[in-house]
Amino acid sequence: MPDSISNTLRTDVPPAEPSKKVGALKPELLLKENHHLCPGCGEPLVVRMMLEALESLAAQQRTIGVLGIGCYTAFGSTLDVDLVQALHGRAPSLATGVKRMRPEAMVFTLQGDGDMVNEGLQEIIHTAARGESVTCILLNNGVFGETGGHMTATTVLGQRTKNSLDGRDAAYHGYPILIGDLLAQLQGTAYAARGSVHSAAGVASTGRMLKRAFESQARGEGFSFVEVLTMCPTGWFIPTAKGPEYLNEVMGEVHVTGELKADGVLTTTEQLRERGAAKD
Amino acid sequence: METVESRGTVTVSVERCKGCELCIPACPPVVLSMSSEVNKLGFRYPELSPGCTGCRACLLVCPDFVFEVFRFDTPVQHEVAS
Amino acid sequence: MTRRLMEGSEAMAEASIAAGCRFFAGYPMTPFTELLESFARRLPEAGGTCINAESELEAVGMAWGAASTGARAATGSTGQGLSLMQESFSEMTRAELPMVIFNMARGQGDYFQSTRGGGHGDYRHIVLAPADTQEAVEHTQLAFDLSDRWRNPVLIYGDYLTAHTSESVEIEPMEFPELPEKDWAVDGTLGGTGRSRTVNPLGVDKQSAGIDPEALWNRLQAKHDAIEREEVRVETGFLEDAEVVVVSFGGVARFVRHVVRSLRQEGHRVGFVRPVTLWPFPYEAVAAAAESASRVAVLEQNAGQMIDDVKIGVLGRAPIVAIGGISTDPSGFGVGDILDPAVIHERIRGVLSDA
Ligand SMILES: Cc1ncc(C[n+]2csc(CCOP(=O)(O)OP(=O)(O)O)c2C)c(N)n1
Ligand code: SF4
Ligand code: SF4
Ligand code: SF4
Ligand SMILES: [Mg+2]
Repeated sequence: MPDSISNTLRTDVPPAEPSKKVGALKPELLLKENHHLCPGCGEPLVVRMMLEALESLAAQQRTIGVLGIGCYTAFGSTLDVDLVQALHGRAPSLATGVKRMRPEAMVFTLQGDGDMVNEGLQEIIHTAARGESVTCILLNNGVFGETGGHMTATTVLGQRTKNSLDGRDAAYHGYPILIGDLLAQLQGTAYAARGSVHSAAGVASTGRMLKRAFESQARGEGFSFVEVLTMCPTGWFIPTAKGPEYLNEVMGEVHVTGELKADGVLTTTEQLRERGAAKD
Repeated sequence: METVESRGTVTVSVERCKGCELCIPACPPVVLSMSSEVNKLGFRYPELSPGCTGCRACLLVCPDFVFEVFRFDTPVQHEVAS
Repeated sequence: MTRRLMEGSEAMAEASIAAGCRFFAGYPMTPFTELLESFARRLPEAGGTCINAESELEAVGMAWGAASTGARAATGSTGQGLSLMQESFSEMTRAELPMVIFNMARGQGDYFQSTRGGGHGDYRHIVLAPADTQEAVEHTQLAFDLSDRWRNPVLIYGDYLTAHTSESVEIEPMEFPELPEKDWAVDGTLGGTGRSRTVNPLGVDKQSAGIDPEALWNRLQAKHDAIEREEVRVETGFLEDAEVVVVSFGGVARFVRHVVRSLRQEGHRVGFVRPVTLWPFPYEAVAAAAESASRVAVLEQNAGQMIDDVKIGVLGRAPIVAIGGISTDPSGFGVGDILDPAVIHERIRGVLSDA
């Protein structure tokens, strides 16, 4: 028998040997694991970490989520938390109304870069400035994934999209917005961080950021924000296996990961970049 | 023949895998590889060789919630063809 | 409660609070501004919240969020501000959310905006058009009841005079039939039970884990058909032997009612129909009035908008003449020469002499 076959272990059933399950198929707060997002999409990874963070804080029965409009909207039928579906860009205002009427609830928004940084930029800035006690989560893939891979306000220079075929050109299309910096500097913002799901370590660190953001909300410190860079191989027109590398090298170079505001300390993306360079 | 130790193992919901291959490079001991067969959706899926550490990396990077991860109470030894 | 002299804006805010409204968000614009001021002053005292939203887009979004939790919520504006809110109005209608919208219009040029809307899709709002401050107080309370009952936004069409005229009013909490429980509202407590809720305009059903827009749209249509059958409100006067029937709405109708009364005293056979709900429009009342009349006159303070609905109601039973028109002050707030009994008297006399 060839090695490859003889060396393959059974993975269709849990092991017969005494063992402990250390990773469940799906978070408890997901009604079912099936979804229609593309192969290699980064968004479901954030959904997992977000739900696990809520579970770890025992916030299952005091959470209300507000969803934006993008590919992640599909999770509206499977997230087992109370939800309100917003219009494109408007989730932070809805979350504001929800939180003011239900101050005891953990309120989050889940939005894409098109939703939050294009259509709803004003809403997110004002919500942060008001110090609204909600956690806004940005799934930043640098494109309108759902419409088929079009340029957004976070698309990096040189990035090719369906309506910037020769790459984003500063002179023609303008510059990308570093939304995390914009929000972190506002007085109403208590916590801001940028994670990335290009690797298992990145996913785990994103999970810690989400947890810190929710903890900050629970302490009533003000507005909290977690941006997560996510793969969109479909919208980037690259093979799924190349997604993490592209995310890290193309988007991650500009939208550098790290905490932008925590414990009252403000760190700019530029400073994160310099620190990263010093480590290399 | 040589002996390889597995400190953990995984289950793979083969029929829900979308073949994106994100789990393959994510596995630190490199014990996942893509199948030559395809599932009902037409995608190749990961197969496990001995040496899993139960580190959860595959689970963390899989967008389709395909993995469960287990750690053995006592490591399991496999005889493999070298 | 005793009668108090109150400006319309203040009276509507007080009536809202009496009706249990606990959330308001708005953005200043004349003549709506004083309503926002009144809510900002009064809601916190009543245990509610009023947010000075940074735009009308955000104001309606905040009210949407608040309404999703089951709270009685309201917003409002004037012309341009309401134009900005249209996307949300239509979408909230699909999400079957109650909300009260105060439209303090500049005149009557926003009849189409209020009854047809500038939003997308097959959606409808109940539109109440009070003629004076006391009625505005009643309509405010009715609006909260109807919007909960039908799970549909309800709009109150007022104007500069509704907002700014001070009158002696009584704000007595009104009695309504019992309402169904808000078993759709989110409070966060159902997470992880498999029975968590979603307030959405897409037709998402967590149990079936999918969306069914066609089922939702059909359900909405059936509901809107039922509202058309059940919620028509109309005031009529002096129709028995009327040769001329004057149709008008809102604050303008208050002048018309007064003038028709005095024309009757002068011996003229004239009556009036005042749609109290602009949607559903009282087509049947208009049709019945037109049956025996030789002229139907439409007096509205715009270039001719409600007249379309009057035509649908009259359906050729009698000739229709427009005797209103654009009429405003130099600021464009809709306080024009037409708001004068003498002017209206003359215009109706003109129709009577033709009849
Ligand atoms: C007002 C409005 N304009 C445009 C759209 C169409 N639209 C749907 S999703 C989407 C982009 C979503 O992009 P993003 O938020 O980045 O999410 P992604 O699909 O990348 O996950 C757009 C433009 C819409 N739904 N509403
Ligand atoms: S288009 Fe992009 S963001 Fe949308 S599901 Fe596909 S990969 Fe994910
Ligand atoms: S648990 Fe870790 S070692 Fe085991 S297969 Fe997954 S990634 Fe590889
Ligand atoms: S990451 Fe998940 S979906 Fe992708 S190939 Fe691996 S098991 Fe399949
Ligand atoms: Mg996007």
